[in-house]
Amino acid sequence: MIILVPIGFSAEHELERMRALLEARFSVRTYISPTDLDPRPFLEPKRHQYYSSAILEQLERDVPQEDAKVLGVCSLDLYIPILTFVFGEAQLNGRCAVISSYRLDNKFYGLPEDPEGLQERLYKEAIHELGHTFGLVHCQDQGCVMRSSTYMEEIDWKSNEFCPDCMARIAPLF
Amino acid sequence: MAEQVSLLIVDDEQVVRDSLKNWFTQEGYQVETASGAMEALDKLPEFSFDIVLLDIKMPGMDGIELQRRLKEIDQQLVVIIMTAYASVDTAVSALKQGAYDYIIKPIDPDDLSRLVRNAVMQRRLLRENLRLKEEITSLIYMDQMIGESPQMQEIFRLIQTVADTDTTVMIQGPSGTGKELVARAIHVNSKRRYFPIIAINCGALPDTLVESELFGHERGAFTGAQYRRKGKLELAHKGTIFFDEIGNIGLKTQMDLLRVIETKQFTRLGGNQIIDADFRIISATNSNLEEAVKEGTFREDLYYRLNVFNIQLPSLKERPADIPLLVSHFVQKYATAMNKPFSGVDQEAMEMLTNHSWPGNVRELQNAVERAIVVGSPPLVTVNDFPFTINGKLVATPSADSDKVLTLEEVEKRHIQFAINKTGGNISQVAQLLDVDRATIYNKIKKYGLRA
Repeated sequence: MIILVPIGFSAEHELERMRALLEARFSVRTYISPTDLDPRPFLEPKRHQYYSSAILEQLERDVPQEDAKVLGVCSLDLYIPILTFVFGEAQLNGRCAVISSYRLDNKFYGLPEDPEGLQERLYKEAIHELGHTFGLVHCQDQGCVMRSSTYMEEIDWKSNEFCPDCMARIAPLF
Repeated sequence: MAEQVSLLIVDDEQVVRDSLKNWFTQEGYQVETASGAMEALDKLPEFSFDIVLLDIKMPGMDGIELQRRLKEIDQQLVVIIMTAYASVDTAVSALKQGAYDYIIKPIDPDDLSRLVRNAVMQRRLLRENLRLKEEITSLIYMDQMIGESPQMQEIFRLIQTVADTDTTVMIQGPSGTGKELVARAIHVNSKRRYFPIIAINCGALPDTLVESELFGHERGAFTGAQYRRKGKLELAHKGTIFFDEIGNIGLKTQMDLLRVIETKQFTRLGGNQIIDADFRIISATNSNLEEAVKEGTFREDLYYRLNVFNIQLPSLKERPADIPLLVSHFVQKYATAMNKPFSGVDQEAMEMLTNHSWPGNVRELQNAVERAIVVGSPPLVTVNDFPFTINGKLVATPSADSDKVLTLEEVEKRHIQFAINKTGGNISQVAQLLDVDRATIYNKIKKYGLRA
C-alpha cells in the first residue's frame, strides 16, 4: 500500500492524478491521506527552507502502518543540512519519502511556465523516491528513472520507467 | 555500478554525517562515517577507502592534520575537505597538503555529485596507471633474450649494470644477434622505462631524410612539408633513442648528431625555436666502426661520444649451447601464434640445427623455425621442414611447379627471398651477394612483400 500525504500541497486534482498513476505503475493500492502534514515546524528560518529528513521522521510517526510506503508531496523548498537543496528525499529500504514541486517548476528558474513538464517531473520524482524505499540505489542507465538528477534538465532527460535491471530488482516485491 | 567505491565521511556533526551517508548510499557507494579524527584513523586500516570527505574544523585534531596522517597511511587516498567558512587560507593550505578539492557547506548537489564522480575517476586512473606500470615492468624484454651460455650471462650482467645509469651505450655484433633486443632491455630496466624508446634505422634512410626524421621540421621547411612534424629526438624526450645501423649515417648527419649529443638542444628543420630534449642514446652497428674511423668515413669524436659503454654480442656460432633453448622458445612462440600443437623438434632436426653455422644468427634461426612451423605437421618439427644447406649440401624445397616456366618477376622475387633466407635477413649481405645497392633490396622487399 502507498499513502500520499499532502504537505501544504494545494493542487488536489494533481494529487489524485498522481495517485492513479502510481497505483497503476506499482500495482499496489494507493490512497491519499485525508490529513495534511503541517510543515511549519521544519522550517529553518535562516535558510528559508524545510528540512526534509525531519519531515520523513514526522511522516514515519504520523503513518504507523508497517506495510505502507508513505510519500509526502509538497511545493516547499526542501534541504538537508549539507546540501543547498534537494528535490526530494527517501529512506533507502525504508517506509517514507518526500518530494517537492518547488524546484521542478519552470517559474523557479525564470523560465516560461510549463505545467505539463512540471507534472511529468513530479511524477518521475515520485517514482524515483519510492524506488529508494523499495531498496533501489541510483542507476547509471541514462534513461532509467533511478538515474541521479541534480538539476531540473537532468530529470527531463530520463524517462519515468525503471530500466530492466532495476525492474528485475523490485519485481519480486510485488 | 561497475566497481564498488567506498567512502569515509568525517564530521563532528551527526546531522551532516547522516545526511551525507544517506545521499551517498543512494548513489550506490559504500559509506562509513567517523565523528572525529581518532575514529577515522581507527577505521582506515579496517576498510579500504577510495575517498575521504572530511570537515576542516573539528574538536581535537583538525581536518588538515587528519588529512596529513591519512595520507601517511595511504598516499593514493583522495581527500575532499569540507568547510563551513569560505576561508581561502585554510583551503589553500589543504590543497597544498595534497587534498583533491575542497567544498563549502552547504554544497550544491550537482557540484558534490560531479566532484565525487571526478574523484572516483581520478582514483580509478591512478590505480589503472599503477597496474599498467606493473604490467610494463613484468613485460621486461629480458625474458625474451634467451641464453644460458656464459657469453649471454655476461651480456645480461652488462645490461643490468648499465641500465640504471644514463650512460650512452653502443651495441656491436653481427646482424641478427639481437642488438635491438639488448637496447630495449636496457631501456625497460632503466628509470626511463615509462617513457618511449624511439628506434631509428639509419641504414634504411638516405642521409637527407635522416635529418628531418631526427630533428623534425616546420611547416614549409621543404617541398612537401605541409605540417609541422616532431622529430624522433623530440619524441624520445625523457626516454631513449635507439640508432640502429649507426655506421650508415653520412658525415653531415654525424656532425649534427655530435652537436645534439653535446648540447641536448636542436631546432626543427626550417625553424628557429630551440628545443631541449632529454634522451639517452643507445646505438648499434654490425660494421667495424673503428675501421670506419681510420678510413675517415666516421667521425672519431662522434665515435667516442657514442661508444662510452660497449656491449659486444656474440654470434650464434660462438654459443651453440644456446641453440636448443632458442629453438624450443621459437617453436613455442610460433606454435602458439599459429595455433598449431607443436611440442618441439625431433632429435635429428635438433642435431642438424645445432650443427648449422647460422650466418644470419638468431634471426636466421627464428625465421627457419617460423617457416618450419608453417610447413610442418604437429607434434614435432622434423628435418624436412627446414629448407637450407646441411653440411654444405643444399636441400631444395619441394616445389609443385618446378616444371613451369616462371615470369622474370617471379624468379627475381624467389631469388631475393632465397638470398634473404641465406643471409638470415642481413640486407647489406643480400645487396653484396646480388651486386645491387641496399635501397634496391629494400624496394624489392616492399614491392614483393618479402620476409626480411
